[in-house]
Amino acid sequence: MDFTVAYNAAHEALPYMLGGVVWTVGLIVGAMLLGLLLGVPLAVLHVYGPWPVRRAVSVYVWLFRGIPILVQMYIFYFGLLSWLSGMPLFSGLGLDSPFVAAVLVLGLTSSAYQSQIFRGAIQSLPAGQLKAARALGMTDPQAIRAVILPQALRLAIPAWSNEYSILLKDSALAFTIGVVEIMARMRAIASTTHEPVSMTFLAGIIFFALTWVGVKALSLLENRVRIAGYTRQGAA
Amino acid sequence: MSAESLIPPVLEARTLGKTLGGNRVLDAVSLALPKGCVKVLIGPSGAGKSTLLQCLNFLIPPDSGTILLEGREVNGKSRRELCALRQQVGMIFQDFNLFDHLSALENVRVALMKVKGMSKLDAGELALAELARVGLADKAALYPANLSGGQKQRVAIARALAMDPKVMLLDEPTSALDPELIGEVLAVIRDLAQNGMTMIVATHQISFSASLADEFLFMEKGRVIESGSPTELLRRDSGSRTLAFCAKISELSGEADEMGAESLI
Amino acid sequence: MSTTYLEFLRAELVPGLMEGLWTSIVVIVPSAALGVLIGVLAGVLRVYGPRPVQRLTEAYVSLFRGTPLVVQVFFWYFALPYISLGGHSIVLDAIPASILAFGLCSGAYQSEYIRGGLNSIKRGQIRAALALGMTTRQAVQSVVLPQAFRRALPGCGNEIIYLIKYSSLASIITVGELTGTATTIAKNSWRNIEVFCTLGVYYLTLVTLATWLLHLAEDAMSVPGFERHKS
Repeated sequence: MDFTVAYNAAHEALPYMLGGVVWTVGLIVGAMLLGLLLGVPLAVLHVYGPWPVRRAVSVYVWLFRGIPILVQMYIFYFGLLSWLSGMPLFSGLGLDSPFVAAVLVLGLTSSAYQSQIFRGAIQSLPAGQLKAARALGMTDPQAIRAVILPQALRLAIPAWSNEYSILLKDSALAFTIGVVEIMARMRAIASTTHEPVSMTFLAGIIFFALTWVGVKALSLLENRVRIAGYTRQGAA
Repeated sequence: MSAESLIPPVLEARTLGKTLGGNRVLDAVSLALPKGCVKVLIGPSGAGKSTLLQCLNFLIPPDSGTILLEGREVNGKSRRELCALRQQVGMIFQDFNLFDHLSALENVRVALMKVKGMSKLDAGELALAELARVGLADKAALYPANLSGGQKQRVAIARALAMDPKVMLLDEPTSALDPELIGEVLAVIRDLAQNGMTMIVATHQISFSASLADEFLFMEKGRVIESGSPTELLRRDSGSRTLAFCAKISELSGEADEMGAESLI
Repeated sequence: MSTTYLEFLRAELVPGLMEGLWTSIVVIVPSAALGVLIGVLAGVLRVYGPRPVQRLTEAYVSLFRGTPLVVQVFFWYFALPYISLGGHSIVLDAIPASILAFGLCSGAYQSEYIRGGLNSIKRGQIRAALALGMTTRQAVQSVVLPQAFRRALPGCGNEIIYLIKYSSLASIITVGELTGTATTIAKNSWRNIEVFCTLGVYYLTLVTLATWLLHLAEDAMSVPGFERHKS
């Protein structure tokens, strides 16, 4: 193969591919936030809830961890959401957009995984913490908000960085329902230019760089919120 | 003296030297262990006691010097000679090093089968007998995770004894134990000594070893700087480094309070 | 919408998906085996290999873990034929291309667990084995491997469970496995929700079954100190 041709093709494709980064980042940020928003309460319910609630959380986690992302994309985009958006109540909400479907799928799945991360972090805290808070006269919800979660969220950051890199890779599946992120653009350009080799490498490099940037950013965050005496080891 | 020189020592080291990371950890150390004698290595941590013991069976290959087993020089380059040496030299570690995936019985049995080629049945019988000797016959089926520190160390001793060693190297056998568990391990070691086992022990248990040892070797900075009988070195007017060191650690461990200062003599 | 879901399920969906399931298994089993094989090799090299080999395997692992699997699948199927060496190029059919992609990617993840298992064994135990007169080989056989295997089993098993789910990506390069078959049925029948939800049940069953088998294996290998962590 001719490296000059390959290089030039990659060079030309770069701006278009980088345009996909916006969509990819949008997917990840949306999914991580949704995952966090749902994951924290799910974790709290999983640890402190009454047993039917704990059971329900387990089923939720089992469902989203057991069904492949790709299949979920199809269920949500081609199935549930297109059906919902056909109903007058939900029409005009943009539920039929591939981006919304992809964020929902990635976010819900992530919430299942994140709830497990936070549950582990909460359970790794010494039991004395909750007792001490109760002894001060706090109610359980107060104790969880003021004492347990601030510690658990810090402990969860290393696992969160792992979750980020998983989401980043899974987000590439959004192309199957038509989100024009990096993978979708790579496929399109590869087929028009007949340069699939340089295009896969280009896409690979972009994903690699995004992984690196995200992991770096999260470790900066970890340092920023660090409390003296709290170390990474504590998160195991 | 003359009779001693006719029979070679069980284990002898001549001018062992070892440099680790630019540090001279062993500086021309020589020692001999005649049959049935008990020698005790003492000295501050980092003095080279552990390195010395591990050089004696080539777990750490010495840079220079020779090791003689019953008067014959051991060739540290030959894997066959190394395995033969290690079979005859039992070693006890500070942190026990039991095989975590094997029960107490299997821990004692595994080397008998693999190294000595004994049948499972014979090895099992012998292993059980050795466990009984250290008072753990009833714990044979338990795994390391379910044994106390003292029990683990006793299994480790049984494991070494089962190989029928000619000499035992004990590297701070009680340092990793909770105070209340030290006694049971010391009792087993005392029993061994009284039955004539040749031993060299690195330890901080001064009064215990003083009652047992034929000779104290005081190490500092990779050298043996004092040696002699415990009574000699620990006499209050001896002015020895050994006495100063022992007084200090006995005071720290509260040993002197319990036994009275006289017990150091 | 003339037929009910149950009729549709019995007449079309189940027969179609059963065929897809078979193809899925044809993809998953060799990929898993390839992944474990590569993982053990790379894991051992990362721990015990000489420095340059360690570096090389590290590079392999971070490359395959750092890029999306779908990009890798695309590479092996669509891009590989474009690379010609001395006029020859390799063209892989869809199923071998998926097996290669899944095996290589899975191997990178597996090697992490193998490495962790090997590193978890305290060096002191190897020293103790040598001090008893064992050869290095005997020590590896009777002390290192049995423990490393137990430590690595949960991670390696989970990786295979991931592989079951990610085998759905083979449908992207035209393999008619579970997901591929379901997509075809959905297109022809226009019954998306029913088809894809049923497909989800198939994967849930596979994953649950595999998890249960893994737990059985872990419990069978369990000794005190190596128990399964209940999740």
